[in-house]
Amino acid sequence: MSLTIALAAVLAVAAIAGWLGFSRASRLRGTTRLHSLPVYHAAYAAMWAALPALLLLAIWSPVQSRLVEQAVLASPEGRVLPAFDMQRESILSEAKGMASGDIESGFNPESSTLVPRFTEAETRFATIGGGIAILLAFASAAFALRRTSAQFRARTGVERWLMVVLVAASLIAILTTLGILLSLMFESLRFFKLVPVNEFLFGTQWSPQMALRPDQAGSSGAFGSIPLFWGTVFIGAIIAMIVAIPLGLMSAIYLTQYAHPRVRSWMKPMLEILAGVPTVVYGYFAALTVAPHVRDFGLAIGITSASSESALAAGLVMGIMIIPFISSMADDSIAAVPQAMRDGSLAMGATKSETIRRVVLPAALPGVVGGVLLAVSRAIGETMIVVMAAGLAANMSANPFASVTTVTTQIVQLLTGDQEFDSAKTLAAFALGLALFLITLVLNLIALTVVRRYREAYE
Amino acid sequence: MSSGAPARRVSPSKDSRLRKRYAAERRFRLAGLFAVGLSAFFLAFLLVNMAWKGLGGFTQYQAAIAIDFPRSDLILDPTAIKGPDAEVVIAGADIEGVLAKAASATFGPAAENMFGAAAVRSVGRQLVRDPGLLNRSVTLWLPVGSKVDVAAKQEGDAASEKLVEQLKAKSALRRTINRDFLLESDATDPSAVGIWGALKGTFLTIMVTMLLAFPVGVLAAVYLEEFATRNRWTDAIEVSINNLAAVPSIIFGLLGLAVFLNVMHLPRSAPLVGGLTLALMTMPVIVIASRNAITSVPPSIRDAALGVGASKMQVVFHHVLPLALPGILTGTIIGMARALGETAPLLMIGMRAFIAAPAHGITDPSSVLPVQIFLWSDEVDRGFVEKTSAAIIVLLLFMLLMNGLAIYLRNRFEQRW
Repeated sequence: MSLTIALAAVLAVAAIAGWLGFSRASRLRGTTRLHSLPVYHAAYAAMWAALPALLLLAIWSPVQSRLVEQAVLASPEGRVLPAFDMQRESILSEAKGMASGDIESGFNPESSTLVPRFTEAETRFATIGGGIAILLAFASAAFALRRTSAQFRARTGVERWLMVVLVAASLIAILTTLGILLSLMFESLRFFKLVPVNEFLFGTQWSPQMALRPDQAGSSGAFGSIPLFWGTVFIGAIIAMIVAIPLGLMSAIYLTQYAHPRVRSWMKPMLEILAGVPTVVYGYFAALTVAPHVRDFGLAIGITSASSESALAAGLVMGIMIIPFISSMADDSIAAVPQAMRDGSLAMGATKSETIRRVVLPAALPGVVGGVLLAVSRAIGETMIVVMAAGLAANMSANPFASVTTVTTQIVQLLTGDQEFDSAKTLAAFALGLALFLITLVLNLIALTVVRRYREAYE
Repeated sequence: MSSGAPARRVSPSKDSRLRKRYAAERRFRLAGLFAVGLSAFFLAFLLVNMAWKGLGGFTQYQAAIAIDFPRSDLILDPTAIKGPDAEVVIAGADIEGVLAKAASATFGPAAENMFGAAAVRSVGRQLVRDPGLLNRSVTLWLPVGSKVDVAAKQEGDAASEKLVEQLKAKSALRRTINRDFLLESDATDPSAVGIWGALKGTFLTIMVTMLLAFPVGVLAAVYLEEFATRNRWTDAIEVSINNLAAVPSIIFGLLGLAVFLNVMHLPRSAPLVGGLTLALMTMPVIVIASRNAITSVPPSIRDAALGVGASKMQVVFHHVLPLALPGILTGTIIGMARALGETAPLLMIGMRAFIAAPAHGITDPSSVLPVQIFLWSDEVDRGFVEKTSAAIIVLLLFMLLMNGLAIYLRNRFEQRW
């Protein structure tokens, strides 16, 4: 018996319980007045039957795979497996795939001997876990059905269950945040055992390529992340913002203050479309169309080192990507400035542009700054544009025609080569990810607080 | 303004200052117009650029070639290709060699490699459809190889250009719609590639994302908006949702890699894992949109329902949610459109392998459209350039469709109270 069968059985029990609850309540309805509609009695019984058992199955299934693995390793065939982790893992996963019918034959000869062990252990544990789950479903269904009576408040019971579901759904957000933090921190700690934190944070050399000889101790490449962060800031926070802030802000001002409503109703969705274009498309555009022109331009004005993977090309396109983002944030904060302030300024004889520059913008500034911070956080976390258009050389150069690399580019590079999960090279990606997460977290928190304070100030 | 006013005595210096201020006003306004125009220009340029490069990808050149099957070296049993093993039998036959010989016999030795994998596939299909071909000499229109295709469409290397001239002179070259581009999967030969495998992977992934993120997101929003009392827990939930909506997508990829692949051992590069990862990413977006939609339902609705004796749950599920649904759906579609175009997190969970067959289920290894675009953009072969752009056109069409649907829903159903 597999867990899928158990799952189906639990659902069947729930359906039967629901039907029983409904028919019992309907029968009662003929004689007395019910507190709750029969449908609630049905839902009450079904929820009691299904939810605890499903929870049990959800907890059991990872436990089971662990138990099966232990049982297989403890078997006589399992004990002769090589002690080396990687090899053993690959044999085990092959045997597992063969047992479940996903793959037909394994690469390792040992794996086929383990298949019957796997099937046997899996059947055993699935029978135990699935059996308990089905029993639990029966027991709780019986408990719920016994309570069916005219006075029983089934609706309240159903609503209590719904409340549990609602709370669980909203806890997933916290679990995700925790999951991100813990998984990044766990892998980063392993990385910092291999590479000192100081070297990572303050080193200026980045060359994650491994040593000439694999057995050489401490021969891992250099992991100084300063050049990566410089490249990230240079592309995302400097070049892209030079493009995006003036264009986005002026677009927002024009659309909210000057444009005819019809123009506005056309332009706003258009900017939304610009925001909806997938980043891989921007990346392709940057690499194929923009980068060659930027290089030619660089060569034409006499910069011989102009690279076809220049920071300028990636930054320009990223700036274009950010325009609608800044524009909509600025739009919101300009719209939040009270009309009275605008009217006052106009009544004093100021022109429209003077009103905007001297009254509206200063009043909207906190919101705009918050929006810009969010945009920066988005730009430095942007991946595809820089992966496709920026380079891999970790230079600390302020020349926009030179090639620089960014944190996200390196994460992709480190994790998409041939992976061995324990090398400093792979773990470095998680350390970079942690740094990126913390930086964007701080930026987001500052920006969100600024924006919220500002909104409250005018409400 | 000044011209309409009755004559006033103004000093010349005041007059010139006014003129300067009006000039500044005009400049400011022009700058705004310029910014809007430039943004619109970028969008138009991007779309036109992609369309111009990519439209060719939906067509292919075919060349007419005479093949004398009985006299060729092709050893095929006509009864075998009628049977269930037809594909295996066809794959075992040396159709490539037959084509090379026929091509060099007709167009000279330089044309030996003018056909690629697409032509082999086409011959195979025609043989399955009509095994009688094996007994005749026929003239077939077959898709040319990538080099010749590129030479015919734009400019290729000298040898291919010459071949194209020769083919055109014999009027043995025609341009047709490349139906295989939409029906086939990834291949190493750019003339034979298609996006169906990637499209199917995208559908499966988005389906998983939708099934997980939509209910969880809406329920979380309902709880936060309608039931939660403000305390430390709900504050923590709020902060983490707002922050998650702004976390870089690649971080979700790292989470997926560490949790779903390394801890839970789910299958690599499967739509299941991709969908899970994207669901975590999309959920906060849906929560925020749903909360906005729920807040905009006026309290009078709730009061009225409560007044006739509905419970709090009934108020929410019978009255508030149905009224907020258009707004919720708009937000969900926009979130889904974002997930559809997402590439980086999927690269992290290994969805970058070469996969030549469409996935059958959500646990099979698969590719998705944006990743396919990324992979093709890395190829050196020039034939991939227009295929990449063509795939981008398909992706953009889906995005436009979804965004258009969202805008339509917003305008059609959203009520102003």
